[in-house]
Amino acid sequence: MRKIMVCVKRVIDYNVRVRVKPDGSGVITDGVKMSINPFDEIALEEALRIKERGEAAEVVAVTLGPDDAQQQLRTALAMGADRAILIKCDGALEPLVTAQAFLALVQKESPELVILGKQAIDDDAAQTGPMLAALWDRPQATAASKVETRGDTLIVTREVDAGLEVNEIDLPGVLTVDLRLNEPRYVKLPDIMKAKKKPLDVTDLAALGVSTEEHSKVLKWEPPAQRQKGAILKDAAELVEALKKKGLV
Amino acid sequence: MNKILIVAEHAGGKLNPSTPKCVTCARALGDAEIVIAVLADDGAAVAAQAAAIEGVSRVLRVDNPANAHPLAAVLAPQVAALAADATHVFGPSTTFGRDLMPRVAALLKAPQLSDVMQVESATRFRRPVYAGNAIVTVEVPAGRKLVCTVRVASFEAAAAGAGPAPIETVSVTAELPAHTRFVSVSAASSDRPDLQTAARVVSGGRALGSAEKFQLIYALADKLGAAVGASRAAVDAGYAPNELQVGQTGKIIAPSLYVAIGISGAIQHVTGIKDAQTIVAINKDPEAPIFEVADYGLVGDLFTILPEIQSLL
Repeated sequence: MRKIMVCVKRVIDYNVRVRVKPDGSGVITDGVKMSINPFDEIALEEALRIKERGEAAEVVAVTLGPDDAQQQLRTALAMGADRAILIKCDGALEPLVTAQAFLALVQKESPELVILGKQAIDDDAAQTGPMLAALWDRPQATAASKVETRGDTLIVTREVDAGLEVNEIDLPGVLTVDLRLNEPRYVKLPDIMKAKKKPLDVTDLAALGVSTEEHSKVLKWEPPAQRQKGAILKDAAELVEALKKKGLV
Repeated sequence: MNKILIVAEHAGGKLNPSTPKCVTCARALGDAEIVIAVLADDGAAVAAQAAAIEGVSRVLRVDNPANAHPLAAVLAPQVAALAADATHVFGPSTTFGRDLMPRVAALLKAPQLSDVMQVESATRFRRPVYAGNAIVTVEVPAGRKLVCTVRVASFEAAAAGAGPAPIETVSVTAELPAHTRFVSVSAASSDRPDLQTAARVVSGGRALGSAEKFQLIYALADKLGAAVGASRAAVDAGYAPNELQVGQTGKIIAPSLYVAIGISGAIQHVTGIKDAQTIVAINKDPEAPIFEVADYGLVGDLFTILPEIQSLL
């Protein structure tokens, strides 16, 4: 492969307990740690491993987001991506718009493989990968837990409800990755320094000819209904009795 | 009037219980014609099951050898063609629907709402984000085709109707790609209840310590007639196969009884179980977050408690 494109998203860090703003206009992001979506980190790691096996020449990390998303691209460069592209966009990111933006980059960059996380942990939409594949008119393999390259085809093991499904796809194509595909590397300080010198290009939706038409609108954010904390029982007998009383066992 | 096309999920000639749940969600739109599309190599049996669901107006049966396995790239152009006059296209938020529906949406240039948990109107829906830490109410423009995946844990399955809906055998003109091929599926065959639809679920976590000791979970589940689940930590450690994972990135379930054994209760796990009617937690750490959502908690060593429970049942 000549080129692998990896799409990453800037999201609230996995370890932050997300809270809805009191006025229902969104979630609290002030002073909150932002990171690369963990699934996208796995996507990048996989691309780097393919490159390190000598099966790809270049890894390009791309994102759609605000100026601050350059931080996540720098992290991607520190992990080992060769260069990065930011598509600047300050509004809410809808998967259909995101997929159209990535398609525009795909047409410019002509990668043989695009890798993304199977979902982002903010909107949990899980749409961008398959949408990009459809717009590109190329194959998709979603929720990958094992990937083998065999010339111009990929043998992909996918995590599905029934178990593990194996699909074969012809490249170019789109891969979305699941948690158990790999464990991303830690970034070392010298790599952070080196990453500062790697190329990071900035473009925007208008330059790519992508319409910013709004397809859906969030009217309201609410915290979820809370479950009431129950009782701590003293032993197994008390538990079994309680469950029998409710007709649950 | 709304015209809702539901893509049937099926395997081995059997309709998946996710489909009647999609029907319940579709009926919540009110005035709607509900059509189920069955794409299979031989869809006779599945179409008959779909036609029996209450509230279904018609079943479209598309037989094609290419539809023998659920490949999104092959199914999507056919679904898009069938959806030409639909106002809404629904599929389940199972791995089948998560793979297929966004591909359909992109072909239709339609927006998609994932994991719809509540219908407010034909253009207004509620769905969880941030692993269920927030619920958003989303509006889409009227008159715009909309694709949805239905969060199956949020809807009861529609019952059988009075009489079967008519089944139409249709052929679809769509170019089907050869660039994606099915190789195999390794489904563990099990006589146990299905995790996503079981009334009772017993789940084990990292505290089980090994695949051998995880057998304790199976033993208790069998005694209760329950399905078996697992936390991500237990699956990552190799104690249980991936298809048993419950949580944000695994299965979202809503059983009558959920028993979490040796599971600390990370938010990503809790998001998969919080629609359960009764949650039982057994954990040696009294501070474990799982106790915040449990109706009944037992603090102690699971290896002592489980045999006691077994002997009392």
